[in-house]
Amino acid sequence: MSVLVGRSSRVLVQGMGKHGTFHAVACREYGTKVVGGVTPGKGGTIIEGFPIFDSVRQAVDETGANVSMIFVPPPGAADAIMEAADAGIPLVVCITEGVPTLDMVKVAEYLKGRPTRLIGPNCPGVISPGEKCKVGIMPGHIHKGGSVGVVSRSGTLTYEAVHQLTSLGIGQSTCIGIGGDPIIGTNHTQALELFNKDKGTRAIVMIGEIGGNAEEEAAAYVKKHVKKPVVGFIAGQTAPPGRRMGHAGAIIAGGRGTAAEKMKAMKAAGIHVVKSPADIGAAIAKVLKKP
Amino acid sequence: MKIHEYQGKAVLASFGVPVPAGKVAYSVVEAAEVAKELGFPVVVKAQIHAGGRGKAGGVKLARSADEVEQIAKTMLGMTLRTHQTGPEGRTVRRLLIEQAMDLEGSREMYLAVVVDRATASPVFMASSQGGMDIEEVAAKDPKAIVKEAVDPAVGFQAFQARKLAFALDLPVATLPRAVSFMQALHKAFEAVDASLLEINPFLMTKAGALLALDAKVNFDDNALYRHPDLKELRDLDEEDPLEVEASKFGLNYIKLEGGNVGCMVNGAGLAMATMDIIKLAGGAPANFLDVGGGANAEQIRNAFRILMMDKDVKAVLINIFGGILRGDVLAEGVIAAVRDLNVQVPVVIRIKGNNEERAKEMLRQSGLNFATADDMTEAARRVVAAAAGRTK
Repeated sequence: MSVLVGRSSRVLVQGMGKHGTFHAVACREYGTKVVGGVTPGKGGTIIEGFPIFDSVRQAVDETGANVSMIFVPPPGAADAIMEAADAGIPLVVCITEGVPTLDMVKVAEYLKGRPTRLIGPNCPGVISPGEKCKVGIMPGHIHKGGSVGVVSRSGTLTYEAVHQLTSLGIGQSTCIGIGGDPIIGTNHTQALELFNKDKGTRAIVMIGEIGGNAEEEAAAYVKKHVKKPVVGFIAGQTAPPGRRMGHAGAIIAGGRGTAAEKMKAMKAAGIHVVKSPADIGAAIAKVLKKP
Repeated sequence: MKIHEYQGKAVLASFGVPVPAGKVAYSVVEAAEVAKELGFPVVVKAQIHAGGRGKAGGVKLARSADEVEQIAKTMLGMTLRTHQTGPEGRTVRRLLIEQAMDLEGSREMYLAVVVDRATASPVFMASSQGGMDIEEVAAKDPKAIVKEAVDPAVGFQAFQARKLAFALDLPVATLPRAVSFMQALHKAFEAVDASLLEINPFLMTKAGALLALDAKVNFDDNALYRHPDLKELRDLDEEDPLEVEASKFGLNYIKLEGGNVGCMVNGAGLAMATMDIIKLAGGAPANFLDVGGGANAEQIRNAFRILMMDKDVKAVLINIFGGILRGDVLAEGVIAAVRDLNVQVPVVIRIKGNNEERAKEMLRQSGLNFATADDMTEAARRVVAAAAGRTK
């Protein structure tokens, strides 16, 4: 079992440039059903065996796509997300890094009341290894099918955590990279809701970082609703205040959004918080052993 | 991106936000000239990218040309230390000479616009306790800050401005001015892709005029591509020289005070986590450095150059989770960089990804001062020991 993506996912790639094409091929090699690409003006052509369409609407009509993976550069990324939503695509995964915040304000407004769920932007994507479905840029081979759900704001740090799990023989149901920007389509809490409902997920890894208060809100949700064991880590315990640590959303502002605050809230909610990023896998192994 | 107060005020004024008359001066002579144009008294304000200037002696009243010259002479070139600059302080290179407002019978309030992550919309924040550190107000008395979210579908409405004005207890006669002030502020926020507009103090004079007595304007870096004119307002003197150098190569580098372990990592989250694990191992990271998700040989070379320019660095930890990157290609890049740049400090490397065994073999056979590690804990332990001058 998995959440968001799986065997029935039919994936469309918006922005079939060099980057988009490279990852469309990598996803197909992993086992994902990549059904086509969208690049306005290139409709009717074929790139690496993928049929290209001028619009998302046409692509959906022709291929029955139900997931879109976006690689469109920042100036057109918000437009691409809204086009996918307009065409009724239920899941949009935006990989693009560097989307202006006020563009995302518009996107969030546009998505209100529509059935489309957005993951990202500025994220590695979503993967359900047990169902051989990868919608993103993560290295597929470090994953393994299983029953641990992973949700994280980072890319390579998520790979690190997944690698630890796989090395211990622990597989993953789905790994969701929600993105490092201030405004994202799906936050920690919403991802946790999905894992909480999923029968195939027995334990959850939640990786947060400094900035905002999404982790605190997620902790409150865990306390109230989640019976499955949750292991948590917050990156940026040594980050200085007032400095943006790479991700647009990773900043301690006005004394708020510190790792200490988040870890405290998570501990209070019963989450198994690890101080060291190297202990994530072992912590999951421990909670899974308990009867 | 941050800009100076005088630049921020000019940006806001261009959207109709009332600000006191004033002009920037780079020299004592210029300062006196501007003051004469404006008429006395004037306020001389040191321009640095940090708050708390008043308490640190960076804001002075001058009643004559002599006084302006005297103050300008002291301020230009001085190192200003405020609670936001850190102990090293900032050198003052520019002054804002501004018409002095009569503060007798006036009120100092607070007004700001930011993007709220939770509601995904711009939000106004207002407080009648202006002129002081808003973080202190928020900590002591959160109710003293009133918030009003902007509906992205329709924009900021006049009634919302009136709500804020009532909350600030502004006299009814000033309502039209308050509405136009706040609407101008909102217009500016959207038009320049600001990430923060902060007016502190937001001044009401005895006569009921509303003015931005100070202005902090930050821009969304992701949106700067559509504002080439604003990009030019960047003042490189206000930034760490190593950070400026790193930014030229698309490297995300932040110098950390008091550390001696240089870090080179791909990805921001892993870079922060690497700093954390160095601390847990008993060491102190000298920097945050994200070479990007797809680190290549050229990036690694540039990253090494930046790290070696920091004299505090006694050992380097490279933590690359390659994934689809080839470990042997990365190892080749590291070896070449260390040779070419004649890196003398010990280097601990942890590479995960394709061909990592081959990568380790190449590093071992290079004859250079490398140590490799399989996991983050071991890597951190080794580099901390190396930085402390112990071999392990």
